[in-house]
Amino acid sequence: MIALGLEGSANKIGIGLISHPSTPSKPPIILANLRHTYVSPPGEGFLPKDTALHHRAWVVRLIKQAVRQAGVRVEDIDVICYTKGPGMGAPLQSVALAARTLALLWGKPMVGVNHCVGHIEMGRSITRALNPVVLYVSGGNTQVIAYSSQRYRIFGETLDIAIGNCIDRFARTLLIPNDPFPGYNVEQLAKHGRNLVDLPYTVKGMDASFSGILAAADVLAAGIGEDLDEGKRLRTEEGDLVTREDLCFSLQETVFAMLVEITERAMAHVGSTQVLVVGGVGSNERLQQMMGIMARDRGGSVFATDERFCIDNGIMIAHAGLLEYETGVVTKFEDTSCTQRFRTDEVYVGWRE
Amino acid sequence: MATPPPPHASQPDHILPPPFTHTPLTVLTQGAEALVYRTTFLTPSTPVALKYRPPKPYRHPVLDKRLTKARLLAEARVLVKCRKEGVKVPGVLGGDVENGWLALEWVEGRTVRVVLDEWVERGGENGEGENGEGVGVKEGEEELWDLMRRVGRAVARLHDIGVCHGDLTTTADTVSPQSSPASQPTGHELDGDIIIIDFGLATQTVGEEERAVDLYVLERAFAATHPAAEPLFREVLRVYGESFKGAKVVLKRLEDVRLRGRKRSMLG
Repeated sequence: MIALGLEGSANKIGIGLISHPSTPSKPPIILANLRHTYVSPPGEGFLPKDTALHHRAWVVRLIKQAVRQAGVRVEDIDVICYTKGPGMGAPLQSVALAARTLALLWGKPMVGVNHCVGHIEMGRSITRALNPVVLYVSGGNTQVIAYSSQRYRIFGETLDIAIGNCIDRFARTLLIPNDPFPGYNVEQLAKHGRNLVDLPYTVKGMDASFSGILAAADVLAAGIGEDLDEGKRLRTEEGDLVTREDLCFSLQETVFAMLVEITERAMAHVGSTQVLVVGGVGSNERLQQMMGIMARDRGGSVFATDERFCIDNGIMIAHAGLLEYETGVVTKFEDTSCTQRFRTDEVYVGWRE
Repeated sequence: MATPPPPHASQPDHILPPPFTHTPLTVLTQGAEALVYRTTFLTPSTPVALKYRPPKPYRHPVLDKRLTKARLLAEARVLVKCRKEGVKVPGVLGGDVENGWLALEWVEGRTVRVVLDEWVERGGENGEGENGEGVGVKEGEEELWDLMRRVGRAVARLHDIGVCHGDLTTTADTVSPQSSPASQPTGHELDGDIIIIDFGLATQTVGEEERAVDLYVLERAFAATHPAAEPLFREVLRVYGESFKGAKVVLKRLEDVRLRGRKRSMLG
């Protein structure tokens, strides 16, 4: 069976075509996986209105190109899957509208997909991790998830802003470019950081908080400008000037340590040794490395995917939607709306044991 | 050491800091943070629970030191405060914040979890011979109800002095048969003080939210033992509600916490 997936919950529009072979043991075949990102200027975030405009401008082009690249006929497509939520309202709406139009035009059934479940299922499929604890980290979400009786249950999560949002906004303060994405540029700068600056570290059980770190990092950032007096600039205990690189390094070391800690606590709680990292921040190599060390000490291992699959994409929506479609679930046309609030544990996972 | 040891494929053996290097110790429990060992401290006849927070190799060493130190101190301070205020907790016998260990008084006894599990098992047996031995069953039950009241009072005392446990489960409450002078060697095995242990996630706060979450976590732990434990927990709450000023507000807040299941709905 073949599914077309449309994703547009944030600043990326993704179109994917996936085929599930009739024998379930065979891995799914990725026929096309296209994405276009709306990049805002340095110092600015992406606004819902402009992002929706971007998605509307690209959606038809990308679908045409994806279908051509996949080499399938419209008749071959069984179902159209789209992101129902969570995400930003305006971008979600514009993509849901495109999905509905296609479904009517081609006479296809639809499946509305939870964005988080899409990430989890894609990660599981690519890495072949059987029953891992999942750390889902992106610009809009920070959750520690484990599967139990037909639900992806949230064990821990952010108490305020998402980890990716924290990094993105920090990058904005330092005027770090948003191209290809702010987290990538922070990661590159952090590689040259040497000094660890003190930042708040807020973990409560399996939950974490990032807003205080952002506020503290913003205050520190005001003390490193090169136009400041030598005497007024921020220094380490050894007297070295604190650099942009040091701040990026300190931010990463602190927030990633928090993520690894809450993940480890969840693993100890459910007795699992496997961990799967999904979501855009999951492409960070330092996070993967830290998670790997933790998992190794617990006698397990970490699973991660590269940017094609961990950054928002259409293929994960197609994949998760098709899994649901194969259990006989179809979203009725009058229910093909979208929602900004859609928790991971609201989805009935009928396709797993 | 001339050559570094080869990396272990599975769990590494932690090398304990002095003065615990002389004899190999076996781990009693391993949480996400700390390893707990049983050993002796100060004198060979003083048994202690040694709580060791090994360095986390994934963390930056400076951050790791800072966190271990802060958490160990927080835990020790909470325990000392409880002791001062007369709440039954293990006493702190020693510690080293730099090397990450805390030696705590050894608590004899069974956890409430074990007591409940045994009650569930016994309940199955008694169900058949209920008619003949009705009195005996009730007597056992009365002991259990009394235990619940003491659990409620112990948690209330803890909250009253401004401490929230942070991870209050049925394994965090221990019934200590020895410290109660009234206890008899036979029959009344559920007598004894409730001693609360494992303060690794405790905070000093009088916030009703934190208190309510404490109760909620305990409620979930009761429910996980057996569905029949629900009325028992109601008794815990009833006594809790009568035990200190402000407890009523916490019980009200608990209803909110129950509805949202500890987590609030995500915004965006």
